Amino acid sequence: MLAIVTLAFLLVIVTLIPNIAPGDPARKIAGGTASPERLIEVTESLGLRDSVATQLWKLVKSVGTLNFGDSFSVAKGEPVMSLVWTALGNSAKLVMLSLIVIVPLSILGGLITAYKKDTWIDRTIINVGIAFSAIPDFVAGVFLLAFLAVPVDFFKVQAAAPPGSSYLTQIQHLLLPVIAVLMVYFGYIARVTRAGTITALDSDYTRTAFMRGLSTPDVFRKHIARNALQPTVAVLGTQLGYLFGGMVALERVFGYQGVGNLILRAVDRADYPVLRAGVLAVAIIYMLATLSADLLVAYMNPRARQSLGDN
Amino acid sequence: MTVTESHTPEPADPSEHAALAIDGLEMSYIVRGKPRKILRGVSFEVRPGEAYGLVGESGCGKSTTAYAALRYLPGNGVIDAGRVLSGGEELTAMSASQLREFRAQRASMVFQDPVQAVNPVLKIGTQVAEAFQVMGQSKSEARVSALAALERVRIAAPESVMERYPHQLSGGMLQRVVIAMGLACDPNLLVLDEPTTGLDATVEAEVLDLVRDLRSELNSAILLIAHNLGVIRTMCDRVGVMYAGRIVEEGTVAEVFDNPSHPYTKGLLNSIPRRGLRKTDRELFAIPGSAPPIGADLPFCTYIDRCPIATDICRSAVPPIVDRSDGHWTRCHHADRIGDVPEPDEVTVPYDIGTEQVIGVEGVSKTFRQRGHEVPALVGVDLGFAEGETLGLVGESGSGKSTLAKTMLGVHAPDEGGAITLRGRKMADKATSRVTESVRAISMVFQNPDSALNRAWTVRRILQRSVVKLTGIKGAAADKRVEEIAEAMQLSPRHLDMRPRQLSGGLKQRVAIARAFAGDPEVVVCDEPTSALDVSVQAAILNLLARLQNEERSSYMFISHDIGVVRYLADRIAVMYLGRIMEIGSTATMFDGTNHPYTEALLSAVPNVDGVAEDRIPLTGSIPSPANPPPGCVFHTRCHRAIAGLCEVTVPEMVELSPGHSIKCHLTVEQLQEPIDVDASIISAEAAALLD
Ligand SMILES: Nc1ncnc2c1ncn2[C@@H]1O[C@H](COP(=O)(O)OP(=O)(O)OP(=O)(O)O)[C@@H](O)[C@H]1O
Ligand code: SF4
Ligand code: SF4
Ligand SMILES: [Mg+2]
Repeated sequence: MLAIVTLAFLLVIVTLIPNIAPGDPARKIAGGTASPERLIEVTESLGLRDSVATQLWKLVKSVGTLNFGDSFSVAKGEPVMSLVWTALGNSAKLVMLSLIVIVPLSILGGLITAYKKDTWIDRTIINVGIAFSAIPDFVAGVFLLAFLAVPVDFFKVQAAAPPGSSYLTQIQHLLLPVIAVLMVYFGYIARVTRAGTITALDSDYTRTAFMRGLSTPDVFRKHIARNALQPTVAVLGTQLGYLFGGMVALERVFGYQGVGNLILRAVDRADYPVLRAGVLAVAIIYMLATLSADLLVAYMNPRARQSLGDN
Repeated sequence: MTVTESHTPEPADPSEHAALAIDGLEMSYIVRGKPRKILRGVSFEVRPGEAYGLVGESGCGKSTTAYAALRYLPGNGVIDAGRVLSGGEELTAMSASQLREFRAQRASMVFQDPVQAVNPVLKIGTQVAEAFQVMGQSKSEARVSALAALERVRIAAPESVMERYPHQLSGGMLQRVVIAMGLACDPNLLVLDEPTTGLDATVEAEVLDLVRDLRSELNSAILLIAHNLGVIRTMCDRVGVMYAGRIVEEGTVAEVFDNPSHPYTKGLLNSIPRRGLRKTDRELFAIPGSAPPIGADLPFCTYIDRCPIATDICRSAVPPIVDRSDGHWTRCHHADRIGDVPEPDEVTVPYDIGTEQVIGVEGVSKTFRQRGHEVPALVGVDLGFAEGETLGLVGESGSGKSTLAKTMLGVHAPDEGGAITLRGRKMADKATSRVTESVRAISMVFQNPDSALNRAWTVRRILQRSVVKLTGIKGAAADKRVEEIAEAMQLSPRHLDMRPRQLSGGLKQRVAIARAFAGDPEVVVCDEPTSALDVSVQAAILNLLARLQNEERSSYMFISHDIGVVRYLADRIAVMYLGRIMEIGSTATMFDGTNHPYTEALLSAVPNVDGVAEDRIPLTGSIPSPANPPPGCVFHTRCHRAIAGLCEVTVPEMVELSPGHSIKCHLTVEQLQEPIDVDASIISAEAAALLD
């Protein structure tokens, strides 16, 4: 229900973008020296002469048919959707690979620091995590380029592998951006996990489980995990959506054609069809990610499940 | 009498057969790198089949001892000395896997809050079955055993309970579940840490009944920790009184409670209202001072700073164990001088209650609307408060006590037709539209002073604000008034410049009371003001309330689940059920044996410090939902005296049994006095509640 409202709201915003963007979008596309006739033509093809309501309706239709027409300037003449699909595919590779590395590592980090709370292990891991997450992702990227990609041949400057490369080669190319993402996210997710785990470790039901004679790994597996990881799952949901569209700078540094990069180029060149489609795609992914995280949390927590059912 | 120089003069060797023997146990918690001593040589034994109680003020180390009994140490806990044995085997020397084996097969522990003690995300059946799986049963065997275990704790509809999640069960049912899990291994040793604290008196009584029954069935040894001395008295064979990490007195419950031999035990017992004590008889004894600072090094008597009969020798050596009678000992240098401990002061000022009604609650109903349903939380409540009078209000949780308090304060507006009156004149319904005169007339003291006091402000500022707002006094006069109030509360000027978090629970409650008195109120509503406090702190607060009332001539509405405390303080008592007053009368008449059946059941549920309670009348099931009150007498679904064909049809009127003593019941005095045949039918009522 809420998702539909959000989606409607989003459509309106996306419709409005070219209408409220500063400067004349047509001029930007057609170039500074274009004749007035040419400008009118471009404005028309942008659909900006229609009323906002008509534009909105057209956009809804585009979403329904998954057809946003052709790109104006980013890749002139190509169907917008094919650009978006390619970019989404690239982003998905990067995001998924990042998650495969980040999730287990930072959860493990969180569990260990919670279990070893207030020891040097805890302090070391958490402080390193905090220090790294204070570095912006693109700065981390630049450092990695300078200190790893340049001297070590194994690490690649370009995140995109040459067309037709094997999966392994693709992964090899993606390693540096993944490490950069890991540096940014590890501390954050580890700390969320640590907090949740400390609460769970400190609870009477954990004590009950220990008193019942369960071994420590069993207590973690059967009693702590599902309680402690609820906040982590919720956070991962929002961050997953963010990773899809929010790694613009990192994609730039590594010359990677992800959605972030695509949207940026569309903004640059006032390619509104691409911009609209890109933003909508990212927003929908964000919503889906958050929603699935909520559902997962609800699955983990019977009480949340009940309140979800009440709505 | 001999004085031993050794720091840990302990009784003879722990016996081979004790289900639990703790021997000279010293424990510390490491806080910020430094060890803090918590247990200073604790020794006691629990024999098979015996129930041993441990009492003492908050923080004295009871829970630490309980955990140690299963060798469970918090991450920062260390055992400095001593041993823990069970059946002759030394837990303190066991390997991790031996210890797991011991916990799985031979010992169990039940914690205070059942809601916390079960995993919120797992079905009850899974959790109970797990207790059997750790003993080596297969998954399917474990489920069969789990069902049997739930049946054994007489839980309603066990099959359905297996499939439920913890939040779908009441506190009382959860505590049964926890006990069922604890009993899975037929433990030789069952440790219960405050198992009924936080449960309603009626539910508490049911859980205690269950433990008592199981005990005779199982022959397991029980270590029971409770701060409620009544619970210990009714449940245990022997008791150890703990103070600042040492056991200072031990003996049978009868010996220790009726013939206390340590000044601390005596102080503790004098701080609770016993044997029907009233405020008109004598003050409660508030042990002066406070427990020694946590972790202090105390190579002498820990009680010295609070002891009325201390001498120099008490500061030079840990007191020896002095036998009083068989198995009853005390750890005191002056055990023979226990008679010198002064008795609390007699009350000399007579209590004097005015005749004029100051505040009136007249025909007050309060209906909440919830998702289109009407929920009557109060139904036709009539009450009057005379000057200087205390009205006690009792009833199970959910009976509407706090709603009544909030309606009087103007937080809720009563339904059309009802009114709160001040000297006969109707007040505005909502506090926001009341004139200052009315606002200052009613004030409130809450159970939890933490949430009631602004944490960012100093005590002075908190009080000043109330004085200025309610009395209009300003400037130097207001400052003076604040100091006067503080003095009346026995708060020192030093406290005025502290913030709430720097104060102990008892001091915070004093500040809350001071604030309640800032506007010179006609009636102060006290909602469980002492239930979060230790008994000796509670005693000081109750004394203070009694004294203030006599000086300021204000009335109290005193809400409490502790019947003993209500009896001590209240002049009249009203009993509430499902938003209705079921009985009201003077405190004396309430305890003369003729009561509304609901009151009768409530009173019989109170565990008594002065001896074994009589047969408890089971109050089965839980309070029906106020959204759906039963027809006829609202109590008939749980009434042990209900008359079929009458009670579920006709609503009883309030009838006056004797002047000032009225009940809402169809029965005559003779019928009410007939002895009843207690037939526990807990299961059926709970099942009915579950099917709702
Ligand atoms: N893990 C811990 N680290 C540091 N101090 C602790 C720890 N656990 C308990 N303490 C302190 O040790 C003292 C004894 O605690 P314990 O819980 O045994 O008391 P208790 O008698 O059970 O009190 P209560 O009646 O409040 O339950 C208290 O002062 C408490 O603050
Ligand atoms: S008389 Fe001495 S030894 Fe006995 S309790 Fe008092 S201070 Fe302690
Ligand atoms: S009226 Fe009937 S049901 Fe109600 S209290 Fe009296 S005897 Fe019980
Ligand atoms: Mg405790």
